[in-house]
Amino acid sequence: MSSHPPMYFKNHLYWVLLAAGGAVALAGLYAVHMMEHYGHIISGMNNQIVWGIPHVFAIFLIVAASGVLNVASIGSVFGKAVYKARAPLASLLSIAMLAGGLTVLMLDLGRPDRIMVAATNYNLTSVFAWNVVLYSGMFSLVIVYLWTMMERRMNPFNKAAGLAVFVWRFVLTTGTGLIFAFLTARQAYGSALLPPMFIVLSFAWGLAVFHVVQTVIYNWNEKILDPAILNRKKNLLGVFVLGSLYMVATYHFTNMYFAHQQSFELFILRDGGVYTNLFWWGYVLLGNVLPLALIFMPGMGKTRCVMTASLLVVLGAFALLYVFIIGGQAFPLSIFPGYEVSSSFGDGQIAAYTPSLYEFLLGFGGLAIAFVITTVSVRVLNFMPQDKPYIAD
Amino acid sequence: MKKLFFSLLLCLCIPMAWAADANAPKLDIGKGGQCVEDPQWMRKNHMHLLKHERDDAVRKGLRDEKHSLKNCIECHASTKDDSVIARDDSFCVSCHRYEAVKIDCFECHSGKRKSAWLQQREAK
Amino acid sequence: MSDIDLTRRSFLKTSAGAAAVAIAPGMMLFQVAHGDTQGASDKVRWGMLIDTTQCKDGCNDCVSACNKENGLSGETKATDSQWIRKIEIKDVSNGRELSLPMMCQHCEHPPCVDVCPTNASMKRADGIVLVDKHRCIGCRYCMMACPYKARSFVHEPLTDQNPDVPRGKGTVEACTLCVHRIDQGLKPACSEACANKAILFGDLNDADSEIAKKLRSVATTQVRADLGLNTGIRYQGL
Repeated sequence: MSSHPPMYFKNHLYWVLLAAGGAVALAGLYAVHMMEHYGHIISGMNNQIVWGIPHVFAIFLIVAASGVLNVASIGSVFGKAVYKARAPLASLLSIAMLAGGLTVLMLDLGRPDRIMVAATNYNLTSVFAWNVVLYSGMFSLVIVYLWTMMERRMNPFNKAAGLAVFVWRFVLTTGTGLIFAFLTARQAYGSALLPPMFIVLSFAWGLAVFHVVQTVIYNWNEKILDPAILNRKKNLLGVFVLGSLYMVATYHFTNMYFAHQQSFELFILRDGGVYTNLFWWGYVLLGNVLPLALIFMPGMGKTRCVMTASLLVVLGAFALLYVFIIGGQAFPLSIFPGYEVSSSFGDGQIAAYTPSLYEFLLGFGGLAIAFVITTVSVRVLNFMPQDKPYIAD
Repeated sequence: MKKLFFSLLLCLCIPMAWAADANAPKLDIGKGGQCVEDPQWMRKNHMHLLKHERDDAVRKGLRDEKHSLKNCIECHASTKDDSVIARDDSFCVSCHRYEAVKIDCFECHSGKRKSAWLQQREAK
Repeated sequence: MSDIDLTRRSFLKTSAGAAAVAIAPGMMLFQVAHGDTQGASDKVRWGMLIDTTQCKDGCNDCVSACNKENGLSGETKATDSQWIRKIEIKDVSNGRELSLPMMCQHCEHPPCVDVCPTNASMKRADGIVLVDKHRCIGCRYCMMACPYKARSFVHEPLTDQNPDVPRGKGTVEACTLCVHRIDQGLKPACSEACANKAILFGDLNDADSEIAKKLRSVATTQVRADLGLNTGIRYQGL
């Protein structure tokens, strides 16, 4: 057993990891403090690019938080034992990422001190206000769901809780997509395709995050995942990645078909510089083609390949969100269709955006919160998937 | 026993009341004069009045000049610097600091008397 | 014995006083709420008609007047607020050039009001679209939703605001149609400042008002009329 590190080393490593996560989260809080003090002037955001890097991180975390529950749903709703064994871990990841994402979203507000105002004044027509309900509901539901799994007396309610979570997370990701889908005036958004696109994206991103965490936990505990299970799950990831690529392609193809949207599409797909590069190299190549090759190519699909593929899918997710959120705002809003326009307020020009360090600190702070919650929970409670020796389904 | 307890309590209260008076904020009340309401009542309730007023003014356009923040400032801004927030003993600051209550008003609102602000703008 | 009586008496006194203090604010607020001011009326709809044929290329008077009235810095960095801006437009098909002011269009169905989670974005009874900065949490969703890019976010701490125009860091702001002037019976600053009288302000609902008469007699346009927002700002000669 000389290949495995001794116990005391792992104990040390655990505390080092925890401290590192805590330090990154603290750095995020420092960024928040600075932004509170100096205002958003120290971020790269401005009156043209009003949502920036923090929103890329927050939306990734929230979408992945919903998608990771897919693993739980396949277990609880569709009764697959392999997935059922992984439902507790999936639920934990969901709570952790939701907490991280919401923290980022909330702390990026211009007046985060007024969070009580948001909690007490509800505008029923606002998707944001709906999402406040959807996110907090998701939180409580997943906690109840975990309870029904981990407390023996609550087991009878597991199926019902699983079903509720299943339905709720679809509505939640629909809500996230609707934030953009209801922005009728912006060329990049305002499409009914966005909610389903976000749902399929959430499947891929959530499963990718799950794979990464699962691989780490198995390694940590010096266990090897049953190759049959790995095979099933990597194929599922492959299908989800293909599905999400299909949705993104459909979104761009429909835009190409509308004459008034063509200039926007040409901007993203051909002339957009950093956005174009991120889309083709970051999202399509690194986030889709390479992972698919790692999963499906003959001779590939081993643990290490799946781990790399999953990390690449996550990387691609960030690239896509950057293009979608920031590229979508950078393209000038069409106020006078058919006219060439110019003004002192960036009309008719591609908006410039240089993310600042503080924005990244805040974003990584959100990731760190998710990391710390996961690490601590996995250590103090039993989230290790317990597979039966014989897989029935 | 009861008697003793009450006497003790009273004994404790008296020096505390003295101490409180001694440390009470000394504030620059500006022009002062007759307040729009009873001063004692205002000390307790000015925040409710301001909050109620602000919703009516912004959302309904009901502007009651008498109870407006601007009217407060008109009387209570210091005669030295025309402000209710500029110094440690300014009208709003001295009490709020003593009570350790954050004032959010002046993140957006001007703490200056309007006439003084207009003069300053014309001078620029 | 005597000191107990004393405490009891003083206790009764203070509780009576406390009760009076507890009731008083309610009474006061009732009086205030039923004061004699009328407030914004839904019979009125404030709007403006901008005659682009009279708007001079290169003239920035309306913008300067707005900046002065509302205490904006007048700088034009990407993080600076601009409540009104001049846009130069050129028809791609025939090369016709125009210059016009663009600001909050004070829509009847404002997207910013629809999306605001806290009801901070709101439309007053008389059609003026405002940000209630007491409620704004600075999420910037309204800026994403506005088809006219009319809104700005305050990126830095501000001092020395106009006592009539509160503005502050971390909240979103936009043209208020000079609501503080309208409530005093004055015209918006931009309308007053325009030497060519290209900005006509008035009540769209009052059939006898100059603006309503002109809207009946000349061809006018709403910007992005396809969105069906029924803007309060109309353009002529576009």
